[in-house]
Amino acid sequence: MTVAVLVEGLTVEFGRFRAIDDLSLAIDYGEVRAVIGPNGAGKTTLLDVISGVSRARTGRVLFDERLELTRTSEAAIARAGVRRKFQKPSVFEALTVRDNVEIGAGGARDAAARDRIAATLETVGLAAEADRLAGELAHGQKQWLEIAMVVVSEPKVLMLDEPVAGLTDEETERTAALVRRLRTPGRAIVVVEHDMDFVETIADRVTVLHEGRTLFEGSMARARADARVVDVYLGR
Amino acid sequence: MSAAKRSLLARALDDRIFVAVTSAVATVLLAAAAWPGLSDYRANIVGQLACFALLAVALDLIWGYAGILSLGHGLFFAIGGYVAGMHLLEHSVAVTGITPDIVQFMGWKALPGWWGPLESFPVALAAALGVAFVVAFLFGWVSFRSRVGGVYFAIITQALTYVAMLLMFRNDTGFGGNNGMTGFQAIFGVPFQSPGVARGLAVASLASLVAALVGCRLLTIGRFGRLLVATRDDEVRLRSLGYETLRLKLAVWCVSAVLAAVAGLLYAPQVGIINPRVLSPDLSIEIAVWCAIGGRGRLAGAVIGAALVNALKFSLSATLPDLWPFVLAGLVILVALIFPNGLLDIGRWRPTLLSRAGALQPRDATP
Repeated sequence: MTVAVLVEGLTVEFGRFRAIDDLSLAIDYGEVRAVIGPNGAGKTTLLDVISGVSRARTGRVLFDERLELTRTSEAAIARAGVRRKFQKPSVFEALTVRDNVEIGAGGARDAAARDRIAATLETVGLAAEADRLAGELAHGQKQWLEIAMVVVSEPKVLMLDEPVAGLTDEETERTAALVRRLRTPGRAIVVVEHDMDFVETIADRVTVLHEGRTLFEGSMARARADARVVDVYLGR
Repeated sequence: MSAAKRSLLARALDDRIFVAVTSAVATVLLAAAAWPGLSDYRANIVGQLACFALLAVALDLIWGYAGILSLGHGLFFAIGGYVAGMHLLEHSVAVTGITPDIVQFMGWKALPGWWGPLESFPVALAAALGVAFVVAFLFGWVSFRSRVGGVYFAIITQALTYVAMLLMFRNDTGFGGNNGMTGFQAIFGVPFQSPGVARGLAVASLASLVAALVGCRLLTIGRFGRLLVATRDDEVRLRSLGYETLRLKLAVWCVSAVLAAVAGLLYAPQVGIINPRVLSPDLSIEIAVWCAIGGRGRLAGAVIGAALVNALKFSLSATLPDLWPFVLAGLVILVALIFPNGLLDIGRWRPTLLSRAGALQPRDATP
């Protein structure tokens, strides 16, 4: 089995600030990996590097053991099958919900693509809102719309940056069920999130980042029991 | 699904304001072509207004739809105008044999040899559009590739136009310096004073405006238009969905520049002069003001804004020229306060000042 995302010796700096410090980690196909840690630990920066938004100073990021992502453009990374939902819901507000998903699908030229768009809208529970403008949606619906835009292309690596931030408990539960449904053997899902109950529900493994390095890797239950993790993050 | 299946034409007619404004321009076009009572003076004014409206439509295409504010569209307008000037001078010499003034004040013996081919109108047209395209492509490519956007891009476009103005003010640049080009005698073999010339130019300007409106409308309601709006709303999001936004932005930027050049090409013969003042920052900023007053991202708003502001300018600058800057500034403030999205929002306005943000639908979040 090939590794979906292999990060080796990654260092990212913004000026004199080292956001990620010689980080290595491997994410497998078929798993839901949660990346947690205190603010400034480098979680979003890691997703930024994998999706090509930020550039690494040293180190490499291999997708599917064949594509070096640190030297690939954002658009090319997305086309290769690595897609990401941003922390702040990023949807095209002046377009309809369906147009948003259609753009994520790369167009709706054939019946298969149109079916996939309709099915994705169904999956995230926005089928009834398809003709509304994305800007009119509630916050939670925008989060789901953005997941739909990313998922409709059937990505091999799916990254979700704080998918339940600002959601109600009920919406969080629905999102957890959605993430579990999106988990397939051919797909790796990386979730950055601060809601630990949500993480426990969805994650197969967690990686705890602290000051740009891996502090812990394993199950959520063991993370909760780990003294260092409790000390820098969970205990606070 | 229904929206996707309906024909392009049916969807083009969806926006009633667009249809109304385009029909109105087409009606004026017919009147200018056929109404016997139209004086040359009026025809000339209508023709100039059509050129400004075309210029505004060009800016709306990139600002209203793609969210790229240019404060330097005077540059592309000037490219069209200067090429028209060179063509008209060459043509005037060919028709009348009279040496134009520019030859004397530039200290030449005759018009520069390389202007010769521009005597042919098709060559001049191709040159105007070609130069505008190449300049826009190079400038756009460098800027968009380096991810320069927003207000920084606006400032650079303004600077570029200013540099071009300083360059064109110099006599040794070779385009008539601060005098520019004037004294055009004939167009298509016909002396400028002949009856029908003003009318013909107005008709050509209005026809170009209608064609640009229809063309831009078709361009913006399709997939390309949705991607433009997506670029405007969240460019990073679009890129990380697999789209090369550089190509999208460059394409629409070049189309817009070429439209502005067409406007300049039509404008120069109607005012009988082209000089570096069209490159002054004021004009380029004013184009954005027309769009903002009319309403961005609707095409029709650009036409309304350009026609309204310039009609007001024509009437006021004849009677109260000193007052004009204050009237324009006042208009901008008034519109910004009451109709933040432009005059097209009049229909949706509710007369309570506090609830105005709520009363108006959030159409666009463009900076």
